[in-house]
Amino acid sequence: MSEPTSFLRRYVFSTDHKVIGKQYLFTGLFFLLVAGLFAILIRWQIAHPFQPMPVLGHLLSSDSHGVVIPTEYSKLFTMHGSLMVFFAVTPILIGAFGNFIIPLQIGARDMSFPVLNMLSYWVYALGSVAVLSVFFVSGGAASAGWTAYAPLSSSVKITPGFGQTIWIVAIAFSGTSTLLGAINYIATILNERCPGMDLMRMPLTTWGFFYTSILNLLWVPLIAAALFMLVLDRTVGTSFFTAGPLAPRGGGQPLLYQHLFWGFGHPEVYILILPIWGLLGDLLATFSRKPAFGYRATVISMGVIVAVSQVVWGHHMYTAGMNPILGKTFMFLTVSISMPTAIFFFNWLATIWGGAIQLKTPMLFALGVVFVFALGGLTGLFNAVQALDVYIHDTTFVVGHFHYTLAASVFFGMLAGIYFWFPKMFGRALDERLGKVHFAISFLALNGVFAPMMVMGVGGALRRLADPSHYELLRKFSTWNQVAWWSAFALLGGQLVFAYNFVRTLASRPTNVQNPWNATTLEWATSSPPPHENFPAIPVVCRGPYEYSSPAVADRDFIAQNEPALEGASA
Amino acid sequence: MFPQDASLNGHRIDELFWLACELTAPAFVIVVAVLAISVVRFRAREGRRASYTKGDSPRALGLTLGLVLVVFVGIDVNLAWHDAHAFHELFEKPPAPDQALRIRVLAEQFLWSFRYAGADGQFDTADDPTMTGEVHIPTGKPVIFELRSRDVIHSFCLPNMRVKQDALPGMTTYLYTEATVPGRYEIMCAQLCGFGHYAMRGTLVVETPEQFDQWMRERNHEFGVARAE
Repeated sequence: MSEPTSFLRRYVFSTDHKVIGKQYLFTGLFFLLVAGLFAILIRWQIAHPFQPMPVLGHLLSSDSHGVVIPTEYSKLFTMHGSLMVFFAVTPILIGAFGNFIIPLQIGARDMSFPVLNMLSYWVYALGSVAVLSVFFVSGGAASAGWTAYAPLSSSVKITPGFGQTIWIVAIAFSGTSTLLGAINYIATILNERCPGMDLMRMPLTTWGFFYTSILNLLWVPLIAAALFMLVLDRTVGTSFFTAGPLAPRGGGQPLLYQHLFWGFGHPEVYILILPIWGLLGDLLATFSRKPAFGYRATVISMGVIVAVSQVVWGHHMYTAGMNPILGKTFMFLTVSISMPTAIFFFNWLATIWGGAIQLKTPMLFALGVVFVFALGGLTGLFNAVQALDVYIHDTTFVVGHFHYTLAASVFFGMLAGIYFWFPKMFGRALDERLGKVHFAISFLALNGVFAPMMVMGVGGALRRLADPSHYELLRKFSTWNQVAWWSAFALLGGQLVFAYNFVRTLASRPTNVQNPWNATTLEWATSSPPPHENFPAIPVVCRGPYEYSSPAVADRDFIAQNEPALEGASA
Repeated sequence: MFPQDASLNGHRIDELFWLACELTAPAFVIVVAVLAISVVRFRAREGRRASYTKGDSPRALGLTLGLVLVVFVGIDVNLAWHDAHAFHELFEKPPAPDQALRIRVLAEQFLWSFRYAGADGQFDTADDPTMTGEVHIPTGKPVIFELRSRDVIHSFCLPNMRVKQDALPGMTTYLYTEATVPGRYEIMCAQLCGFGHYAMRGTLVVETPEQFDQWMRERNHEFGVARAE
């Protein structure tokens, strides 16, 4: 197919996976900023309950004079969570990186279904418009939490706003977009690999996207069903999820919603982290100049986690009124995830051990992921354990835990990916010095936000409280809340450095360095940015993805996947 | 770090927490140590090449499986084992109804109401003492809370007893505990239930058996008289 010439077909309604990837990237970054600002407002309110927030607070509602009133607070954390998960992180990781990287890494000209690919972005764009419109309808944004537990979310008597209904539809749009992407990614990875690219020669990043797509394909329909029933409950008066006095004509089952939500929601956690695990494999190898340690074990462990992640959702529901025997099963399955996770850590650490480590910005963020994911993963065990979870469930300990895994690990992984692939995407590299400043501020500030949450949670601080100081028990944590607030503020400041770096580099002259990191995988075997249809000629792969410091060549420390066979080099 | 423990079995939760800390801290220390040592020792230098190891040797496989075994037995089974015991004590040994004080809890936006059986020992009779926001229980006697909700899901959370249980519309859930230390403690709602969620506070008043009996007699009298009128 020849390259389209009109502006509209080239940059707006493009079927080129690279353009679609960039569209996802820019839209996702916009939502990251919006949802991040909500987080700033949340931290302000908790640290200074009901005091007017300078600047940002005045954007909320005209009659509250900058104060985050409880109704606004509920909307803030609801929109923060849902925008982050469905409109920022999923689009950036899976939409942007997945789209841009998969065809390049497997040596394909494009996705299997380019039109479907374009459609998946535009479904997401529609969802974006819908989800932003909730701020402008009467009653305002959704306020039932990102989990939208019924009947709080399903009853129009309890949560009357039209915003809540639009929000549900918008989430369904986002899910549909992800689902279309998943079909495309699986088909592309299975069918479009270039000659020689066996499955076990695929870079780990692509493995991550492959696994993530399987989970999306299986479980997005489940949340779609739940959202559909939720909308019916709100609009035509069914009572799938409403019970008791709110359902005078006969009740449904509120717990059913939780099972459906977490049946999707827990795989979703892995949907978001699998691409990061894959990415770490690529980055740690590249910047340690050493083959990824235990490639096969990593691939198998990821597969095991994909399987087990589908049968652990009940650990979100220990206090919901579930049979304790069922809880024990979920607990045991959940803690068993520590085994494949331990293999990841072993392989990551063994990859950098004995390497020749180059502390470039992408590597700093990758090492940062190993640190924060260790904290996030290990604190997961605390939540998995049934009796202990009954105490820490719904506390800020849980919030700290899943922010270490989903926010910290995913955020750092995302930034690592952006610094790493920026030269490939835009033909010029982000500034290294600014990148290091960005990392240093982000690393310190991020821990400053999330570590206090854990401490307070153990002390009994519940999540989603508009004013924790309402409770005598929680007043002693005001210092920790101040630490979290100032850290959140610093984190925002750190991102300004990034934004400046990003914009300034985009405005600078392209350098067109094909392979700035001396990496081995196929995306670096073409120009930066790659031409329409990616490769002048389809590459032929002759070896595994991580031939770094091979003794087969003496003058350099890497052999690209597509270099013709060398004498003495292992396949 | 933990709030004061005023219950018979709450210490088991605290112990479980510290056990989990002991089991996970070494893993974290190892990760951080290896990261730090690698970054210092294995930095790229002129003339030094990274070692060419892929980790696909039988030795690497053995190490990997050994690690999995250590994690499984040392952390997973260990934690699950201790948890099973704590969970059994806290949640799987319901006191016989005639041995325990039964209290019905009704949750609604944004209020806790409590109902005692009253002098006749029967619920849903006119002499049931009911009150909102505050509940009294004695030390040394198991208490069964029967939880219901009128509207959305709430969660009856007693941080000083280390327990919580969701209250759902359309079904009854149960929570039991036994207090040991007299005092006034806070009841929180742990499940987002609307805009007033943060203010859905109640008070748990733990009294000595004598004080409690006295208080209960007064309430029974008060509500019994109300019925007589």
